[in-house]
Amino acid sequence: MSRTPLDTVEHAAGTPDVELPWAELGLKKDEYERIVEILGRRPTGAELAMYSVMWSEHCSYKSSKVHLRQFGEKAPESDALLVGIGENAGVVDVGQGYAVTFKVESHNHPSYVEPYQGAATGVGGIVRDIIAMGARPVAVVDPLRFGAADHPDTKRVLPGVVAGIGGYGNCLGLPNIGGEVVFDACYQGNPLVNAGAIGVMRHEDIHLAKASGAGNKVILYGARTGGDGIGGASILASETFDDAKPSKRPAVQVGDPFQEKLLIECTLEAFREKLVVGIQDLGAAGLSCATSELASNGSGGMRVTLDDVPLRDSTLSPEEILMSESQERMCAVVEPEKVDRFLEICAKWDVIATVIGEVTDGDRLEIYWHGGKIVDVDPRTVAHEGPVYERPYARPSWQDELQADDANKLPRPKTAEELKDQVLKLVGSPNQASKKWITSQYDHFVQGNTVLAQPEDSGMIRVDEETGLGVAIATDGNGRYAKLDPYAGAQLALSEAYRNVATTGAKPLAVSDCLNFGSPEDPAVMWQFAEAVRGLADACQQLGTPVTGGNVSLYNQTGEAAIHPTPVVAVLGVIDDVARRTPVAFQEEGQLIYLLGDTREEFGGSAWSQVVHDHLGGLPPAVDLERERLLAEILISASRDGMIDSAHDLSDGGLVQAVVESALLGGKGARLVVPDGLDAFTFLFSESAGRAIVAVPRSEEVRFNDMCGARGLPVARIGVVDSDSVEIQGEFSLSLAELREAHEGTIEALLA
Amino acid sequence: MTARIGVVTFPGSLDDRDTQRAIRLAGAEPVALWHKDKDLKQVDAVVLPGGFSYGDYLRAGAISRFSPVMETVIEQAKAGLPVLGICNGFQVLTEAHLLPGGMLGNDHLHFICRDQKLRVENAGTAWTGDYRQDQEIHIPLKNMDGRYVADEYTLDKLEAEGRVVFRYLDFNPNGSLRDIAGITNEAGNVVGLMPHPEHAVEPLIGTGRTDGLPFFTSILKKLVNA
Repeated sequence: MSRTPLDTVEHAAGTPDVELPWAELGLKKDEYERIVEILGRRPTGAELAMYSVMWSEHCSYKSSKVHLRQFGEKAPESDALLVGIGENAGVVDVGQGYAVTFKVESHNHPSYVEPYQGAATGVGGIVRDIIAMGARPVAVVDPLRFGAADHPDTKRVLPGVVAGIGGYGNCLGLPNIGGEVVFDACYQGNPLVNAGAIGVMRHEDIHLAKASGAGNKVILYGARTGGDGIGGASILASETFDDAKPSKRPAVQVGDPFQEKLLIECTLEAFREKLVVGIQDLGAAGLSCATSELASNGSGGMRVTLDDVPLRDSTLSPEEILMSESQERMCAVVEPEKVDRFLEICAKWDVIATVIGEVTDGDRLEIYWHGGKIVDVDPRTVAHEGPVYERPYARPSWQDELQADDANKLPRPKTAEELKDQVLKLVGSPNQASKKWITSQYDHFVQGNTVLAQPEDSGMIRVDEETGLGVAIATDGNGRYAKLDPYAGAQLALSEAYRNVATTGAKPLAVSDCLNFGSPEDPAVMWQFAEAVRGLADACQQLGTPVTGGNVSLYNQTGEAAIHPTPVVAVLGVIDDVARRTPVAFQEEGQLIYLLGDTREEFGGSAWSQVVHDHLGGLPPAVDLERERLLAEILISASRDGMIDSAHDLSDGGLVQAVVESALLGGKGARLVVPDGLDAFTFLFSESAGRAIVAVPRSEEVRFNDMCGARGLPVARIGVVDSDSVEIQGEFSLSLAELREAHEGTIEALLA
Repeated sequence: MTARIGVVTFPGSLDDRDTQRAIRLAGAEPVALWHKDKDLKQVDAVVLPGGFSYGDYLRAGAISRFSPVMETVIEQAKAGLPVLGICNGFQVLTEAHLLPGGMLGNDHLHFICRDQKLRVENAGTAWTGDYRQDQEIHIPLKNMDGRYVADEYTLDKLEAEGRVVFRYLDFNPNGSLRDIAGITNEAGNVVGLMPHPEHAVEPLIGTGRTDGLPFFTSILKKLVNA
């Protein structure tokens, strides 16, 4: 963009024929024409920069919006919801005057281009969303998906991503308590790096992103603005990768977790002293987003002097300053008489803070540079009234064929020996193997409130030291299920996360999601997206857990090949006293192992079909949300009343996977009997939903059975906790040592 | 009466609040100290907590060592004030030359977080009196730069004088020479270690063990009985 003469609003009005690089900035022709129509003239370079990033898929949700509305329309009544969709993050009431905010976001594209920084700044971004709500961040979780575990590029991407998440999160002092690591060739050129965070605050401390009160000052604080991450949202996150284009590494931001730690402490101190009217973090689209969103959510307009923005590089143009996605920056709206104190707190924490503008009583967002007005827009047209697309969608032609390729017809093990070999192969396969090599690179202990962390079913954090109030979070998603049936796949992701929260003894309250899909310009992908959203919205309605916010990541594809549709669902739960939590590990020999729920021949999309047959076809397990609700109620009651000492949800890998995990974590074996009506293979490998195993002390057996019987939940006593092997009576026995070797060595051998 | 134990917050300190909690649970009174303030507020002992002070930039502990508060800590430690450095605090203590040797990046080049088995090799310091000599304990460990190194002469001297306070057992998590996890100065009032005793003080939290609590009860008893 030319910098001489300065492209002011007046200049733009007088030079209607100047060609602007709208296409290079990722805008479509009709979108550019719409901007001209809104402004009644051509935009200035600075205005174009703002519109281009704010109207990008990543920021505007232009392809997904029409579907996402269902989350609001079908939202179940919930007393717990304090702040819903649309803010930086949703806020949920967890009782005793506490509120919890949580959200999951994607940082997929940057993490492929530059794994360490991409993943690191993903953590940084989600944490700033949490602080911007007024909360102290208390934990992070990281659902991750990579290409095949033995592919050479996975060895480039995964260690970098893991080191980046650890390097940033550990340095911020946030315990990493959950998440997932999944491998599938479909993510080879498009890993999914989703990052979630939880924050805790008192009800009265909730802050919102809005600029109100004419005369109030707009303060930019945190890192200086540099040339990094320009176009991150528009160019990087909103297009598919293409080998023919130049490297996009410069569009990835570089993180400084130390700066972010200072930002957290200084922001929380300003909140404590009630100095902040409105606040917004600078993430995707940087200042363009922060100024336009603050202004459009408030009652007035805003005037900003861009010359006052502290820069790392004095040669940056105003367009670049507006588009920069330099990390660790926040924007606060502060009453004039409180500005000095705000700046003092920033100085205490060695954080640079600058007044860059003020709220006006008009309704325009005006930005000045070198004395000239370079932006004069209605902020709503930038932030909220971007294009909305009704993208065409159609059930893909191959869907029927895929579903007809029934996994239940795959050859099954014929002998006990074969069954045993397949068990070893399953628990040692990359997806089912222990992820300890990865999670041991994250700090689980910092802040001293971690009750449960991965590989537990959900991460759990104590909120109040006196009462023991705690929150739990689980994130789940299964792209294989969703590929077979996106509607059911999304519901199964929710079911699993909901179940995981309940398994640890917490009551599920609310949902955040990260919807990872391919290109919305492909009708087949758009159909997957529409189905998944519909499925999730319907299921949230039925389970009474509203979606409080989340993120959509589209264009996750390389060339024509899209990733599996991958809705990742986070469920937040509450537990009155963390002393009642239920761990996964078997605790005591002789305790009775019960299987809760119904087991059917369901192998479509299963881990068994993938590991043994490299197969994906058929239908995913049947969804039964009422069963999930009942199972959750039983698990929560049993945990509260001390009827169970361990519990583990059944999901990918089936019962045998769950038993092996509980055994290895507890250092205790199990002796199991195949229940009547089931064959050993189905018993071990089926992935029917709505199931869990629990270990019941003998003294509680009658009470536990009575409870399940009274509520109508099918249960079967399948065995006892034993000493040092997992034995399936009449079939085979595997020592814990053999299982440990198979389960715990895989990831390190492939990736270290 | 109880003892007042100061916990320094540097920019980037992470376990300062956890350490205050551990001190409180042990029955002492935690006192927050700020890195820019030379005043130690007449505390009876000081803990330098874990974290990434100044982002570990330059070298872990290298910048914090020059904080105003450290001038007083160094002066008073030499006069006998009990000082405990945990993880980053240990790094600050070696940078400040209150303890010998230094820390390099873990030999495997990764951050590591685990429940670590240790042996108490010296139960005679200000911070370890409540342990038995040679007691085996589990304390969470989490660090990037935890590989303790010193020259052979220094290592031999530490061993000969019984100044190796903790040694890693079963598994050396970072390549520390002679499996050293923690050391003390000649007088036994300054102790530094890489594992985090403040994360092992409550039965429900973290690993569920309370093997770290004796650090804080040790110092309390010593101060109250003094």
